[in-house]
Amino acid sequence: MADELMLEVVSPEKMVFSGNIEEVTLPGTEGEFGVLRGHEAFLTSVEIGEMNFVKDGKKTYYAVNTGYVEVTGSKVTVLIETAEKSEQIDKERALRAKDNAEKRLSQMTKEDVDYETARAALARAIARISVAERQ
Amino acid sequence: MPSLKDIKRKVGAVQKTKQITRAMNMVAASKFKSAQLKMENFRPYAGKFMDVLNSLALRVESMSHPLLAVRDPRRIRVICMTSDRGLCGGFNTNLIKTTERFMKEKVNDGKDVAMITVGRKGRDYFRKKANIVAQKADVFGKFDMTLAVSIADEVIPAFIKEEYDELYLIYNQFMNVSVQKPTVVRLFPLPSIGQETAEVDTDRFLDYTYEPSEEALMHKLLPMYVHVLVYRALLETSAGENGARMAAMDNATSNCEELISSLTLKMNKARQAAITAELMDIVGGTEALAKSG
Repeated sequence: MADELMLEVVSPEKMVFSGNIEEVTLPGTEGEFGVLRGHEAFLTSVEIGEMNFVKDGKKTYYAVNTGYVEVTGSKVTVLIETAEKSEQIDKERALRAKDNAEKRLSQMTKEDVDYETARAALARAIARISVAERQ
Repeated sequence: MPSLKDIKRKVGAVQKTKQITRAMNMVAASKFKSAQLKMENFRPYAGKFMDVLNSLALRVESMSHPLLAVRDPRRIRVICMTSDRGLCGGFNTNLIKTTERFMKEKVNDGKDVAMITVGRKGRDYFRKKANIVAQKADVFGKFDMTLAVSIADEVIPAFIKEEYDELYLIYNQFMNVSVQKPTVVRLFPLPSIGQETAEVDTDRFLDYTYEPSEEALMHKLLPMYVHVLVYRALLETSAGENGARMAAMDNATSNCEELISSLTLKMNKARQAAITAELMDIVGGTEALAKSG
């Protein structure tokens, strides 16, 4: 099909996904963005959040951790430190992690050494929960 | 001369040891395989990552990042990456020796040295001998990128806050199944990237739009670069440990075989001696009877 886009999602552990898709949406540093075939070539970093792509009219969701994405006209390469599909997520654990992170954050100030870590943990937990609920 | 029974018991014991070492060898072999698979799976990620980092480094004119800051190296930190378990030949001993030599050199130069240990063996050894600021033990059973991230989280903020000036990583480089080479690499300040890699296909990268700017992107990618370096060292350590254990256990098994064959020889000799002695007795007895009769 002419409007297909090649997507490759690579994590340190494995090739998460490789195949032709119609559209992909990623949580970029400058905000969420979507890519269709023929997109301008560009490179940006990816934040903790939710990634999804459309293949054969079906959406698949992943919870992703920091990484970056490289876009050329017909190919999107996503390098990501972790990527989890909704089936792989333990929602109970994510909920617990969220509570934990919230608790820790409420006791800290912005200057605290662990503030960033706790904030990242919270963001990860939220991304996981929202992906888990997508099923 | 030990009695026949003693030798028999000894042979039995060695045989049991041999069974154990052979089993350990097989376990190590299967773990080695999975470690190697992990290394192979990591290669595309590392390769692509380096491509982008290098091409980005070419585009960024002035590299200024706290992780690249060169300061007068007075305070030094060393990451010593050993395995969690022993019985793997000289794997940890060699690494610890290298680490000790390296630290001694630095201390003699009047530098302040602190360390971070990864793996239980290194921690156990250095616990009373060195200033350990952070440690990760019992981690190699099952690990992924998050371990590398957590190690990086120990070292990156402290370096940026100028709590120390240089960071070295000492680990066993994986050459092949039976050869691991203790290696010292400087992590911080990061050696400049992109200069020695002239083969980067520049046309491919020139017409990119970078978002955010190249510099901002570089700031994002450098910590990830540290993760990649640490993760690779972790993978090599895990593969090397199991490779070393395979070799050590293989050796132990063949030593057991040797011991068994020499003990069996002794046992047969002892049995033969016993039979001969008995025969002599019988012959002597009949002769005495014949004379008296």
